[in-house]
Amino acid sequence: MSRPRTSDLVWVRWTLTGLALAALALIIVLPLAAVFVQAFEKGWRAYRETIAQPETVSAIELSLLAVGISVPLNLLFGLAAAWAITKFQFTGKNVLTTLIDIPFGVSPVISGLVYVLVFGAQGWFGPWLSAHDIQVIFAVPGIILATTFVTFPFVARELIALMESQGTEEEEAALVLGANAWQMFFRVTLPNIKWGVLYGAVLCTARALGEFGAVSVVSGHIRGQTNTLPLHVEILYNEYNYAGAFAVASLLSVLAVITLALKKLLEWKTSQERI
Amino acid sequence: MSIEVQHVRKVFGTHEALKDVSLRIESGELMALLGPSGSGKTTLLRIIAGLDLPDSGTIRLHDEDATRSTARDRQVGFVFQHYALFRHMTVFENIAFGLRVRPKSTRPTERDIVLRVYELLKLIQLDWLGDRYPSQLSGGQRQRVALARALAVEPRVLLLDEPFGALDAKVRRELRQWLRRLHDDLHIASVFVTHDQEEALEVADRVAILSDGNIEQVGTPEEVCRRPANAFVEEFLRDVNPRIVNQRRVTAE
Amino acid sequence: MTFKRQSILPGFGPSFGYTVLYLSLIVLIPLSAVFLKSSTSGWTHFWQAIRSPDVVAAYRLSFGASLAAGLISVVLGFLIAWVLVRYHFPGKALADALVDLPFALPTAVAGIALTTLYTDNGWLGRYLAPLGIKVAFTPLGVTIALVFIGLPFVIRSVQPVLADADLELEEAASSLGASRWQTFTRVIFPLVRPALLTGFALAFARALGEYGSVIFIAGNLPMKTEIVPLLIVTKLEQYDYSGATALAVVMLVTSFLLLLGINVLQRRSRRFTEPA
Repeated sequence: MSRPRTSDLVWVRWTLTGLALAALALIIVLPLAAVFVQAFEKGWRAYRETIAQPETVSAIELSLLAVGISVPLNLLFGLAAAWAITKFQFTGKNVLTTLIDIPFGVSPVISGLVYVLVFGAQGWFGPWLSAHDIQVIFAVPGIILATTFVTFPFVARELIALMESQGTEEEEAALVLGANAWQMFFRVTLPNIKWGVLYGAVLCTARALGEFGAVSVVSGHIRGQTNTLPLHVEILYNEYNYAGAFAVASLLSVLAVITLALKKLLEWKTSQERI
Repeated sequence: MSIEVQHVRKVFGTHEALKDVSLRIESGELMALLGPSGSGKTTLLRIIAGLDLPDSGTIRLHDEDATRSTARDRQVGFVFQHYALFRHMTVFENIAFGLRVRPKSTRPTERDIVLRVYELLKLIQLDWLGDRYPSQLSGGQRQRVALARALAVEPRVLLLDEPFGALDAKVRRELRQWLRRLHDDLHIASVFVTHDQEEALEVADRVAILSDGNIEQVGTPEEVCRRPANAFVEEFLRDVNPRIVNQRRVTAE
Repeated sequence: MTFKRQSILPGFGPSFGYTVLYLSLIVLIPLSAVFLKSSTSGWTHFWQAIRSPDVVAAYRLSFGASLAAGLISVVLGFLIAWVLVRYHFPGKALADALVDLPFALPTAVAGIALTTLYTDNGWLGRYLAPLGIKVAFTPLGVTIALVFIGLPFVIRSVQPVLADADLELEEAASSLGASRWQTFTRVIFPLVRPALLTGFALAFARALGEYGSVIFIAGNLPMKTEIVPLLIVTKLEQYDYSGATALAVVMLVTSFLLLLGINVLQRRSRRFTEPA
């Protein structure tokens, strides 16, 4: 970009820039800053204590478990969906792509509600589950299901866009040269999409760790058992343990910032992969 | 090692790409499929390769019915219009690919693969570019790598889809001559698709002219120019420089 | 017409089958539970649930605040996108990266952070309180929280369109005698308008369903600062499943219509960005 991109007057430029940055700082940066300041209000020691508490630790574990199950599942789905949608022509392709986007448009609360309706005590499988002494809602399985729902489209969307732009010729070339299906997939397709896969996985993970509304609905809010990190923040806050709540929140915020950095990096990498 | 196309028909949705096409390509021959865009020539090439399946008709390769066999089994070499080089592999790895994916029983040793790849790199005159990636090569270089990659598996038939279409005029003319000489050395039955009349008449042994899913005429460059079979062929070849055909006649004698 | 075009690429059957199966199990079938439950509860229950006064108040708040937040996001978002695309200043890359923060930050974290800022002795609240402006636990607070999460949608919708707008268009306009303001209103703005609409619709749709960022600053005062998602949760906790699903059905239908509208808008805006 060697030409100046504007013919605006200098004072206009600086005024607008100032206003824009002020708006950005006020609306977006200030809340982030508040998290860290409040987290350390009672000092470094109190901060460490909150983090080390067993309930915090088990919240971390549960969050990681939800990530550990929902992300690989959605990754596998994303690969399958992108393969079917981008490498073949069939009727209803657009419908399928739109359906995959549904979880994006659904309120988090409803994302949890749907599983309560299916697996809850008064739900479709309620009687069967209680007869077999299995608990889904107000227990860990429900949390994992809700997390899977809200993070459902991330990998698929990214891969569909990427693989659509890459076309089918390299795969055809591989087949003509004698490769079988697996050789074609692992030697040709996967290397071409690896940054897209990573990008989708990062987005998926970030959302899974931070999900609140959906998980809140299906969790029993039982401290130490069915609380993820965001739910733990809520509990501490509602107990007026502000320093504690912000301490846990700061953990999540650091993760958010790391996610942003990774996002930028991977966005740059995938832009080089698109044709 | 001949190719025989018998009464092939191909429909895409409501569009009839090939209506009733029959053609025979002799072993060792270099044939051009010439025609305007939309004439069906690429479709025909892809059907011969096994990248698309015909709706009716048969393909015989080396006197065996190959209609239902997949591209993998037909042992053809295919050069794509946009090269389709594996962008994450070096030039060397691209050319070696066909040899590396062979099942263990027929796979050459790594040493043999290296020898063969370098032999091909010398053939295409790019022996110093083995470690480069496709994105670092010019269009003409990429095209030659695509050709070497197809030749590595010792195909019995070589198929090229608008091989010089994406290159500028000067490079196109140079590569055209180079392809002809290569063919004279290797003698593999080859078919290439082009919309450029001069290119077809200058390079091929015989030319098949297609229009709208039908073959209008098949013959040597001289035959189709001097004795066009119908008004379309006459019109299509009208502006070709007659010197090209004369030169072919001279070199043939 | 045949279902699928012939192809030599392998794996369609398994990948398509798995896709449809997984989609149905995780998304489609559970979602259908909402509509099924609502329809088995009957019309009268449905109407009762939707017309009760606390629900009506919640709808008014959710829609009103989302609308207001959307409009504010459009104005501020356009300004920020303009500055990010057209001007250079130190730290621009950082500012651009920060725009995505509301996407990445967990909603609960945003919720408590915003509340802390705007309570009467909060960082910002303490300056507003003497002026008689209460933010926390009022609809104004809800609106501000919704601006936080809606702003990035507008910015990210507008940025690519602005970036693509050829400088030559403006040069042509000014060579024809247009003033800077005329060039802006007659050449640049019409180009950007569809993207603004799309950004607004995305922000609005997101705001309607937003939960975590809002419930802390809202205070959830009955009839005053309860948003619809909160009411759904409350009804669930009271085991009023039919009431909760009634509200959910309305929200889902609204989201669906909004998404359709967004699709149409995006298709229309693409007409402008395609090469002439």
